[in-house]
Amino acid sequence: MSSVHLDVEAIRADFPALARKVRNDKPLIYLDSGATSQKPVQVLDAEREFYERHNSAAHRGTHLLGEEATDVYEGARGKVAAFLNAGPDEVVFTKNATEAINLVAYAMSGPGRLRVQPGDEILITEMEHHANLVPWQQLCERTGATLRWLNVTPEGRLDLDRLDSMITGRTRIVAVTHQSNVTGTIPPVAEIARAAHEKGALVLADAAQSVPHQPVDVAALDVDFLAFSAHKMLGPYGIGVLFGRGELLEAMPPFLTGGSMIEVVRMEGSTFLPPPQRFEPGVPAVAEAAGLAAAVDYLNALGMDNVAAHEESLTAHALDVLREINGVRILGPDTTKDRGGAVAFELEDVHPHDVGQVLDELGIAVRTGHHCAWPLHRALGVQASTRATFYVYNTHDEVDALADGIRHAQRFFRAG
Amino acid sequence: MQLQSMYQDIILDHYRNPHHKGLRDPFDAEVHHVNPVCGDEVTLRVTLKDVNGEPVVEDVSYDSLGCSISQASASVMTDLVIGKPVAEAMTISQAFLELMQSKGSRVDGEPHEDVLEDAMAFAGVSKYPARIKCALLGWMAWKDATARAMEEAQ
Repeated sequence: MSSVHLDVEAIRADFPALARKVRNDKPLIYLDSGATSQKPVQVLDAEREFYERHNSAAHRGTHLLGEEATDVYEGARGKVAAFLNAGPDEVVFTKNATEAINLVAYAMSGPGRLRVQPGDEILITEMEHHANLVPWQQLCERTGATLRWLNVTPEGRLDLDRLDSMITGRTRIVAVTHQSNVTGTIPPVAEIARAAHEKGALVLADAAQSVPHQPVDVAALDVDFLAFSAHKMLGPYGIGVLFGRGELLEAMPPFLTGGSMIEVVRMEGSTFLPPPQRFEPGVPAVAEAAGLAAAVDYLNALGMDNVAAHEESLTAHALDVLREINGVRILGPDTTKDRGGAVAFELEDVHPHDVGQVLDELGIAVRTGHHCAWPLHRALGVQASTRATFYVYNTHDEVDALADGIRHAQRFFRAG
Repeated sequence: MQLQSMYQDIILDHYRNPHHKGLRDPFDAEVHHVNPVCGDEVTLRVTLKDVNGEPVVEDVSYDSLGCSISQASASVMTDLVIGKPVAEAMTISQAFLELMQSKGSRVDGEPHEDVLEDAMAFAGVSKYPARIKCALLGWMAWKDATARAMEEAQ
């Protein structure tokens, strides 16, 4: 079961959920890591150990456990920063990628120099997950700014022909996915960032589908903001990350307010701590941060280059075997070039829900529907799709089982 | 295998050959409902007529995009409500809702069977929480359109 790049058998032994039997006593074939990944025991142990030994509120209290909790929390921040090639003060812990993006969008309608004016422009793309789309629509509604977007090509790539004309002197931010959660497309974020910066616009990358699956270096990408969630990268729910360039975070007003983020509070008004604490009100999610740090350790031990290579091999195999099935139309690029491990497809005459139901009967977990990317589906001319996503624990045999399952669905619904 | 218990022949027949499909004029009310989870949608029209002072469902026409369960369910629904007094059709709709909320605990021969007829075939669907909304899409649209048509009439 091991591949050239990863010892998949050893990896699978770390994931208790993968040993489960599901419907009809079938072994679980989990092809839905794009929605959320499974968690290795190392991550579960890290959370448990925090609760069992160090549980206490970070950043307050003068007791030993409080100090330890602060060390765990700040240690996790340092680890995430190194993972991204960022400075520790440039890593803000949020609830998830969605909250991270909202934090930036709200900063851009609050007081300060990032504030958007009527007539300013926000540039996004048709490829975005709703999390990197709706917050910008709402920002435009709050400020009178104009939302513009780059289209996708029929192949599921970003249409960059008009990039230069779409970024204008009024563009304040370009928000773009770093890897599509539907087509797997990896847009040239560094190139987009260069074009945006030339016109004085900021750049935010939605990295929810890239940080778990490929090496990500914020300095090399030259983005101003980057957002992702822990739960898609082997970590726990409830914690995500906003990377923001230091001088920008410094200029931003707080988003959620309350305890932990203040400097001085008087009845007449308050002042706030510097970033990143300015953006982290309330008692922090330290156990979750410990889990995220363990996930980062786990991925570092595998090596992100190996993770990406393993997934590329699975994706290439999936594209090969799915293409062979009559009636399958793969959404997005048909090669692995600049394409990650999300393979969404349409099956002629069988609705995705019905495909998913048949696969579920066979123990295969996939996602069906529009995957929170409704405009992208519309642009590609489909109402909904079935999506398989791969991760470090998936095998070529599982991809073959998916292809067999699709054929089974075809026979079942075409019969009669 | 459980697949057959969910996708009973009645359901697959209605899916392949839906009854009363296509939008027709005239109509008293039209609604558009979507299932936000998957994007399935239905546009549904209701025409009522007055029979001795009692509103009766004269026609239900619809256009829809969706999975076999949502398509078949809408088709079965039109068979069950067209020609029935609104009050009786609402009772059937309530019985279907209860069937869907039953988590698969209903068995043939229970009181609902005589009112639900072909719709009893959906009992297996109630075991799959993710699919209940599919089965209810057409029914909820009908209920909404009928309520609006009744308001219009007043």
